[in-house]
Amino acid sequence: MSVLEATFAAAVLTATAPVALAALGGQVCAAAGVFNIALEGQLLWGAFTAVLASHLTGSAWWGVACAVAATTAYAALLSVPAVTFRADPIVVAVGVNLLALGLTAFLMRPVFGVRGTYSSPDLAGLPTLAELGLGGGPLAGILGPQSPLVPVTAGLVAAAAWWLRRTRSGLRLRGIGEHPAAAEALGLKVAAYRHGAVLGAGALCGLAGAQLALGNVTLFSEGMSAGRGWVAVVAVMLGGTRVAGVVAACLLFGVAEALGFRLQGEGLPQQAADAAPYLITLLALVLVRVRDRLRPVGGGAS
Amino acid sequence: MTAGIRGARRADAPERPPALRAAWERIVAAPGAAPVLAIAGTLVLTTVVLLAAGVSPAEAYPAIVRGAVGEGNLEYTVANLVPTLGMALAFAIPFRAGEFNLGGDGQLALGGIAAAWLALAVPLPGGLAVAAPLAAAALAGALLAGVAAPLRTRLGIPAIVSTLLLSTPAVAFASYLVRFPLGEQGTGIAQTPPLPEAAHLPALGGSGHVTLAVPLVLALTAAWAYADARTVLGYEVRATGANREFARYGGVAVDRLATATLALGGACAGLVGGLIVLGPPYRFVDGALTAPGHTFTGIAAVLLAAGRPAAVPVTVALLTVLHVGGEGMEREIGVPSSLTQVVEGLVIVLVAAFATLRGLRDRGNGTATAGEVGA
Repeated sequence: MSVLEATFAAAVLTATAPVALAALGGQVCAAAGVFNIALEGQLLWGAFTAVLASHLTGSAWWGVACAVAATTAYAALLSVPAVTFRADPIVVAVGVNLLALGLTAFLMRPVFGVRGTYSSPDLAGLPTLAELGLGGGPLAGILGPQSPLVPVTAGLVAAAAWWLRRTRSGLRLRGIGEHPAAAEALGLKVAAYRHGAVLGAGALCGLAGAQLALGNVTLFSEGMSAGRGWVAVVAVMLGGTRVAGVVAACLLFGVAEALGFRLQGEGLPQQAADAAPYLITLLALVLVRVRDRLRPVGGGAS
Repeated sequence: MTAGIRGARRADAPERPPALRAAWERIVAAPGAAPVLAIAGTLVLTTVVLLAAGVSPAEAYPAIVRGAVGEGNLEYTVANLVPTLGMALAFAIPFRAGEFNLGGDGQLALGGIAAAWLALAVPLPGGLAVAAPLAAAALAGALLAGVAAPLRTRLGIPAIVSTLLLSTPAVAFASYLVRFPLGEQGTGIAQTPPLPEAAHLPALGGSGHVTLAVPLVLALTAAWAYADARTVLGYEVRATGANREFARYGGVAVDRLATATLALGGACAGLVGGLIVLGPPYRFVDGALTAPGHTFTGIAAVLLAAGRPAAVPVTVALLTVLHVGGEGMEREIGVPSSLTQVVEGLVIVLVAAFATLRGLRDRGNGTATAGEVGA
């Protein structure tokens, strides 16, 4: 593998990781029957709290831990109205997303003393695998520049796939999504599972935000999630019930982003590079849906 | 969904609520109560957020009021009703039919650049010089939002996702056009050259900010409220929003309605873009349309009004005052104006929670129905 190819593959992996983490959260919610479109706001909140904690403690790992805790708490803002009060999760999520945008911008001034973007040489980012002495071997060119959260992401993806398919609680969660009334009649605590799914998605978005703000880059800027949470929503719709399908959709986004970045260096306008990942993701969803429609009735799953 | 036909109470209503709740419900059901409660709730929330941020409300509120209605600021606030009310319509029209248009930013930017392009490229005489760019703006917005309609009706992709994903590319496209093919050469600023004099929106009463756009948007809002309440189309839209499948069963062409309302919403957003560009400073400046966050202020106003046409202008006025006043507060006492976004976000979450708390009493089925996956 040439150096150029390895650099590109590494860029794809870096771009994919935060989206994949958020999408995993979205998929757990979808399996439980909650359409979670608050991923965008939670991703942003995770990025902000990660940078804030790293700024205060000087340790990127505290940043990761605090982002996970703070975003799980933030997800309660969706789970309590949507699950306990049975409010429309879409409307609540619109509010949650807007609140994250406003709150992070509002807090930047008192906390970091700047507006727009905060970055500082003192801000501790996550180390790369190469710096930790890991990620050697034949794939060093690809894995070396990644943060340790990238292999963690891969592990979580595998764990989620196994959990949803192979465990009792995973099966119950899917049952609740498929037929809540039947699940409740069987004695399952539907609300508890759904709270768990939404809060778990919050934790994953916290991790995603930490990877975005301390792994991909080391800074926080207003609205830095930049639609990745929405791409994650589409990835869930693309992948359906299969974790592998969701991850594949995220990889497509990662390729589009990395490719756009690469082509920008060769004269492609920045605006085209900004637009491409969203257009390509949407196009993929359209193509998959068209294919599903053309397929004869009963010809395939879901 | 909070939008829709109200008053369809179950005949076998459950047991009487306790006295306190009965009193509360009498207040809630009183005519005109909803906007009053919404305003009161928003003010309480704003106070809480101010206190939490360590800002004295005694200092902040006068600053907000001065920023919104103080000397020379009032006409600026009135002018700002145009984008907020227009973007509220862009969200509200599809919302009444149960569709979410979150792509307002893209429709706004595309409408703005379409209006600027036409005004610059084709010099037209008289009133056409204003009307044609505005029509182009509305058309551009309608087309962009209209793309979401077949995706929704034929492929089952929720409009909320498709409109939002189309928004970023549309904003980027407008940004590209204003930087390269349509940009003013030699200034280094991403903006179009100034539009010809004939294409300027006429100012009202010698004002520097208030133009013909204000009465135009007010008339549009009135037309929407009338159509919603008094026409067959409005009834069908509300029926679709309340229960899509039942409306379809009743013979309503729900797919066509979804397309029409999304396109109309997009047209409103595009028109707002055109109105901004044809008003001062009479050119398309990159980012100037989307940066103030009119789209989500409009959405917050509509959700706060629970989609009811009569309440929308009230909540729009409130949030516009908060928005413009918030900018004044930032200038005066240095509190970031993103405070308004915080308040708007909280308002939406709380309104959604309380709307269903109120509805829970009427709900017959005991099973959880927390959302569904767009399958």
